[in-house]
Amino acid sequence: MSAITHDHDHEHDHKPSGIKRWLYTTNHKDIGTMYLVFALLMFFIGGSMAMVIRLELFQPGMQFVEPQFFNQMTTVHGLIMVFGAVMPAFTGLANWMIPMMIGAPDMALPRMNNWSFWILPFAFLILLLSLFMPGGGPDFGWTFYAPLSTTYSNDSTALFVFSVHIMGISSIMGAINVIVTIWNMRAPGMTWMKMPLFVWTWFITAFLLIMVMPVLAGAVTMVLTDKYFGTSFFDAAGGGDPVLFQHIFWFFGHPEVYIMILPAFGIVSAIIPTFARKPLFGYASMVYATASIAILSFLVWAHHMFTTGMPVFATLFFMYCTMLIAVPTGVKVFNWVATMWRGAMTFEVPMMFALAFIVLFTIGGFSGLMLAITPADFQYHDTYFVVAHFHYVLVTGAVFSIIAAAYYWLPKWTGHMYDERLGQLHFWCSLISVNLLFFPMHFVGLAGMPRRIPDYALQFADFNAFISVGGFLFGLSQLIFVWVLVKCARGGEKATAQVWEGAEGLEWQVPSPAPYHTFETPPEVK
Amino acid sequence: MTNARCLLWSLPTLLFAASANASKSMPLNMTKGATEISQQVYDLHMTIFWICCVIGAVVFGIMFWSIIRHRKARGVQPAQFHESTKVEILWTAIPVVILIGMAIPATKTLIAMEDTSAADVTVLVTGSQWKWHYKYLEHDLEYFSLLATPREQIANKLAKGENYLLEVDRPLVIPTGKKVRFLMTSDDVIHSWWVPAFAIKKDANPGFINEAWTRVDEPGIYRGQCAELCGKDHGFMPVVVIAKTPEDYLAWVAQEESRIAAEKAAERELLAMNMDMAELMATGEKVYQGWCVACHQPTGGGLPGIFPALKGSQLILNDRQAHIEIIVNGKAGTAMQAFGKQLSLKELAAVITYTRNAFDNNTGDAVQAADVYAVQQGKGE
Repeated sequence: MSAITHDHDHEHDHKPSGIKRWLYTTNHKDIGTMYLVFALLMFFIGGSMAMVIRLELFQPGMQFVEPQFFNQMTTVHGLIMVFGAVMPAFTGLANWMIPMMIGAPDMALPRMNNWSFWILPFAFLILLLSLFMPGGGPDFGWTFYAPLSTTYSNDSTALFVFSVHIMGISSIMGAINVIVTIWNMRAPGMTWMKMPLFVWTWFITAFLLIMVMPVLAGAVTMVLTDKYFGTSFFDAAGGGDPVLFQHIFWFFGHPEVYIMILPAFGIVSAIIPTFARKPLFGYASMVYATASIAILSFLVWAHHMFTTGMPVFATLFFMYCTMLIAVPTGVKVFNWVATMWRGAMTFEVPMMFALAFIVLFTIGGFSGLMLAITPADFQYHDTYFVVAHFHYVLVTGAVFSIIAAAYYWLPKWTGHMYDERLGQLHFWCSLISVNLLFFPMHFVGLAGMPRRIPDYALQFADFNAFISVGGFLFGLSQLIFVWVLVKCARGGEKATAQVWEGAEGLEWQVPSPAPYHTFETPPEVK
Repeated sequence: MTNARCLLWSLPTLLFAASANASKSMPLNMTKGATEISQQVYDLHMTIFWICCVIGAVVFGIMFWSIIRHRKARGVQPAQFHESTKVEILWTAIPVVILIGMAIPATKTLIAMEDTSAADVTVLVTGSQWKWHYKYLEHDLEYFSLLATPREQIANKLAKGENYLLEVDRPLVIPTGKKVRFLMTSDDVIHSWWVPAFAIKKDANPGFINEAWTRVDEPGIYRGQCAELCGKDHGFMPVVVIAKTPEDYLAWVAQEESRIAAEKAAERELLAMNMDMAELMATGEKVYQGWCVACHQPTGGGLPGIFPALKGSQLILNDRQAHIEIIVNGKAGTAMQAFGKQLSLKELAAVITYTRNAFDNNTGDAVQAADVYAVQQGKGE
């Protein structure tokens, strides 16, 4: 392609118009946009399921839905948020930003890029349509523990398995693309240790994806054959073991957790230096910390399974490794704080979300450290304390970083500044409501409320009502975000190429909005 | 549309309505529990909590200091320092030392929790959808423990009782001051037996046996719940344990043993006589409400795609023998359990009769204890 278009007028983009542009596109910016829009859509679909959950839990007793449907909501909410919202949003950001950050004209494998996006809507269509089957959709939790997901599940399981396979194929292709692009297409002079941290964290994330998505594919396939083809991987009566399922699932599941947070670290490591107008304090140690977290992520999976009755020495091993994760994670937080120290900070919306990320993600990290202490975990496990923990790291962690990234790069994408006042309104509404929503869950969990129950004892009533109100407010606050996005896409103050005073990196050297093709001639990095 | 109307309520009204509904205040922290181990677990929890608080105060303190002082609006010039191997080593080493300090007491408590040797009493705990079964290995004593909260309370048709969803028909009874060992297993999916006051949460895995133990000092009633998602009624299978002094415990065991013996004797007599239809239907309805209604629903309509309907069921209408067999032996590979092991002959006969005549099935049949007994003995008609 580049050989043919080389001598052409660069203003002319050679793209079909209308829907064909989006169906046939191999352009990393178009594909990035589609991933991001898709993720936003899924965020609202998954969010509306959370609203159903919070509505039912608003008061004790069964009011709005049946327990069976409640379980479908918790299951599909989890699957959609993990595989449909957070992961595609990060892939969208990778598509948009990685080529521009390393001075490459596009992703290395553009046709595969198109395919890895376009199979995704079908995966989620299948998953969502399964809710309309007789007996409803998957209702065994997003962790689909056997034998609840095998012998005791309904026939939507087959659709669930198929849909997870498609999501997995999409993720693996996306990850291969990221690795090949970063490995081969860096501009001259862009050595490994000069790459922006967002590129580094995504590079490591892509390796995690390639290593664990096949394990997930194996797990769902075994569920499928146990249910329909008479195998007994997870059935003790046939010589299998239900706990084996959990080992396989969490061998995927724990690295998956880091897949959803490492790119967030990269985003925050880009935003904090920009708005502190001061270089990142420890670039090299940030890279090493990211790599350590990735390696440790393969050695801690069974901390999700302390109550399954593992031998005591296995339990101790996983407890120690899990506690160890706090060290590289701490290094990251300390580095961000040291970057801010004696900087000259301003507080535009991306910075606000990044600061909220640091505080709230760290709170999620603290509850994670508490959960690592096995004897205490026996009390926390499968309660709302765990729900609070992983929503702090995933919502105020991953999702806040994605929102921060959107505000940070939106002027580069659209060529317009977003509405700062609306953005600040969005931030403060989100910050307050998200804490009303998730902070009280710590107390509810410590007081003994199990997770995944549609009804609860009377003592939990006040807190649950409060949490539900927080949930509705958080949901409504995100409508402001849509408003900001639409407004910014349609017009606004013209953005300069550099956009932010303190911004550094190749993506800020191209005009705003970024032209359809950038860096057709690689830049020279000194 | 109640849903739509509810969403339209103003939020303050919602909050007010909710707080008016509450009756019992909730503790804000983990329970200290009723055992030495649960106290140790509580101490570990508080230690790690305070460690996190101190680290948080230091890190966030520095961060907010810097946010207040080092802002461009104050006209400061940004420093340009970065990279310091010394600092990086320092803030790697300090957390490692703190974590080692934390790991030592955690390890000690964990090893104590896992030592199930030299128990005085052993109870086999078996989970199934959605009830617990307790079997005392030292005595000829076993029974099921079911949720005792009436369905009308769950459906908001009656006011909710004090122990809403945390009450059972037959609690587990254990002696105080003795080491009680629990063996956990399951008949179907994975459940998890959790009593916060004992700091015991152990999964009940089908086909495998897990162990846990406790020694409760004070007599009392301790409540918990199933903690592992086990299907539709996961939220409706509580655990209630009553700790009694050893004397009271032994008296209770003797009383239960004689009750069970009397029931078995009555059962044998029952084989020889016929119950009348009214009695069968009345008992059957009670059994149906307790044991069958969760899946097959109050209307007998089941849940399409998951639990088959009893109303108009071809099996019930056309094959009396198969109907008795499926109740007694269950259906392998499905959620239909073998109730022959769970209910008495009288209850089985009654509930089969009930389902043959309720929900417009109207077969007019009465099934007697002897019919059920014949199937149980593998003879059939």
